[in-house]
Amino acid sequence: MTFDSNAFLIIFTGSLIAISCGFLGVFMMLRKMSMTGDAISHAVLPGIVIGFFVSGSQRSLEVIIGAGLLGILATLMIDWLRKKARVQLDASIGITFTLLFAIGIILINLLAYKVDLDQECVLYGEIAYLPIDSWITKSGLNLGPRITWLAALNFMFVVGFIYLLYKELILTSFDESFSSVMGIPAKGINLALMSIVSYTTVSSFESVGAILVVALLVVPPATSFLWTKSLMPLLKLTAVLGILIALLGYYLAYWFDSSIAGMMVTVAGIFFGISVLIQGKRPFWAKGTSTVNQPFGI
Amino acid sequence: MEDFIYFFTFQDPSIAWVVLGITLLGIGSAYVGTFSFLDKKALLGDAISHAVLPGICLGFMLAGEKNPVYIVTGAFLSGALATFMSSWLKRNTKLSEDTIIATILSVFFGFGIVLLTALQKSGNPEIAGLNSFIFGNAIGISESDLMLYGGLSILIILVLTVMLKEFRLMVFDPEYGKAIGFPMKTISFLFNVLMILAVVIGIQAIGVVLMAALLITPGAAARFWTDRLNPLLILAAFFSVLSGILGTYVSFVLPQMPTGPWVVVFLSLFALISFLISPKSGMLFRYFARKKYLRKTHRDHLMKALYKAREEGKRGLTIEEIYQLYPYQKSEIDQSILDLIKSDFISKNQSFIILSEQGISDAMRIVRLHRLWELYLNESMNIAPDHVHDSAEQLEHLLTPELEALLEKRLNYPTLDPHQETIPREKS
Repeated sequence: MTFDSNAFLIIFTGSLIAISCGFLGVFMMLRKMSMTGDAISHAVLPGIVIGFFVSGSQRSLEVIIGAGLLGILATLMIDWLRKKARVQLDASIGITFTLLFAIGIILINLLAYKVDLDQECVLYGEIAYLPIDSWITKSGLNLGPRITWLAALNFMFVVGFIYLLYKELILTSFDESFSSVMGIPAKGINLALMSIVSYTTVSSFESVGAILVVALLVVPPATSFLWTKSLMPLLKLTAVLGILIALLGYYLAYWFDSSIAGMMVTVAGIFFGISVLIQGKRPFWAKGTSTVNQPFGI
Repeated sequence: MEDFIYFFTFQDPSIAWVVLGITLLGIGSAYVGTFSFLDKKALLGDAISHAVLPGICLGFMLAGEKNPVYIVTGAFLSGALATFMSSWLKRNTKLSEDTIIATILSVFFGFGIVLLTALQKSGNPEIAGLNSFIFGNAIGISESDLMLYGGLSILIILVLTVMLKEFRLMVFDPEYGKAIGFPMKTISFLFNVLMILAVVIGIQAIGVVLMAALLITPGAAARFWTDRLNPLLILAAFFSVLSGILGTYVSFVLPQMPTGPWVVVFLSLFALISFLISPKSGMLFRYFARKKYLRKTHRDHLMKALYKAREEGKRGLTIEEIYQLYPYQKSEIDQSILDLIKSDFISKNQSFIILSEQGISDAMRIVRLHRLWELYLNESMNIAPDHVHDSAEQLEHLLTPELEALLEKRLNYPTLDPHQETIPREKS
């Protein structure tokens, strides 16, 4: 196979997005907030539509701001329903994201003649068109695909965020009470994490769509968690998985002539399935007679 | 308005069919959803509704057209696979439940998208109908589809009604059910089957992404109005049917609007209204109840201060002295004084406040409760005398006359509290 610069760009961008999502997903998983990530990725839709409507362009700052605000609003609404209205957690997640997503779809239909925003595009994304969509400066200099730049920027944000707040994130994830005693604002850290998740969701939206963002937030961390329990290896393994998913997803989609985003999710699912089969607890008939690892407990 | 009359008088038989369909469907999914909500498995419904997409596509591929039987079977099988996998993963891995659900949801849906894209590229003209599964289109349901979906809804409703007792056991106390000989495993298996069926027929009208709302929201909203299961189910079904019909009406009047999102908006509206205004557990009610309680505590504190002043031999206190006793609570104190004057517990002469006869006996009761509780904590719970005050400060507002009598009896009508202060009683 010859070197194909388009393929390389798509895989490179896919890996960047997969790694950013995976890193955030690890912390979401440790906080038992995987479904909140799912909720956020659905809930940013009205923000995107409104931002698009205000600015008239899909690639404007308004879209990112609108979606970011909606993501935070979703987090706050889940929290409000749970604490103030005393609805159980799973139901508050369900109510929040369905309502916001429904409003988003209604807005798309309401503004259909003004907003050229395809609801399918929001759901599945189209990473395949990425090489065509170049970022050209006013002087006519072609700097390469715009989405790759966005993904790279987002990647730096996520890595910077985790690097700077590593200690705080660990503490608040594992022992919230202790972190409060230490004087770390657990709520603030949580809100910051949710904001960066919303931002990641938005900047990945156009390329991979809402569904793949959820999958990348959840599946690679869950897969790595089956192999290791300590945090650093967890992050590293998630990153490796992200790259593999992008690589295999692209070529399989090319081969089957199907959606790249969908194929990346499928590959992630296959990795997950294999890991479960290897690492899951064996059924009783496959265990055989048990062996003692450390005789006499030495 | 003409549209309104045309729609709600059901002159058009196709409208009547659609409304009948959405009513049955709403009742079925609200029933199933309420049980899964009570079982704290609300998000499993979300996972199932995303997971049926590959089944729908495979059913379409096999049939080569939009054949409802193939599609329902395919959707049912892939929903069943997702349910089975989620419970298998829960038993056999260390992953937490929400991670498992999110994983299954996104992987199945992603795979469904792969199939859908492949189908779209195959150029089959019938494919346009498949997109309605993602966002739902109740108006587009044909009469023959309706026979199948309506029949399945009736089946769900019937099974749930007949086996109400068994499902009630499953939700509230499965261990007890097992102990008295019910086959609990079979019952929850049957329930899962019903839930998948409800999802499969629901997505016709409301779409894959929003199906979760039809399962979760009616139950959550109805839960705020009642604590009993039967009214809960009926109310949930009522919310669901009403929103279903309203949503269908909107997409009838504005044909470019999909049904699903509007149904969800109406449902959420009912839910939010319930959260706000329902008696007992609604937010407004709890806000006012708390305010009322706080006002009572402020009144009690003021009375206590006045009574203690009497113990020290003063006739009463000036407002300034009271302000100094409870700093930063000026407005609350003013409010309490007004309240107490109204109920004749105190009288105010310029800025000097004294307790009335009635006030003395009530203040005495509060002080008595406080000191009795301190003594009880000290004697029966072995808590040091300097640690009992805070708890008594809270309980003095809550202890009922019955509890008071019990405490008196248990402590054998004591005269002194742990701080050697007299426990005041009315002279008989």
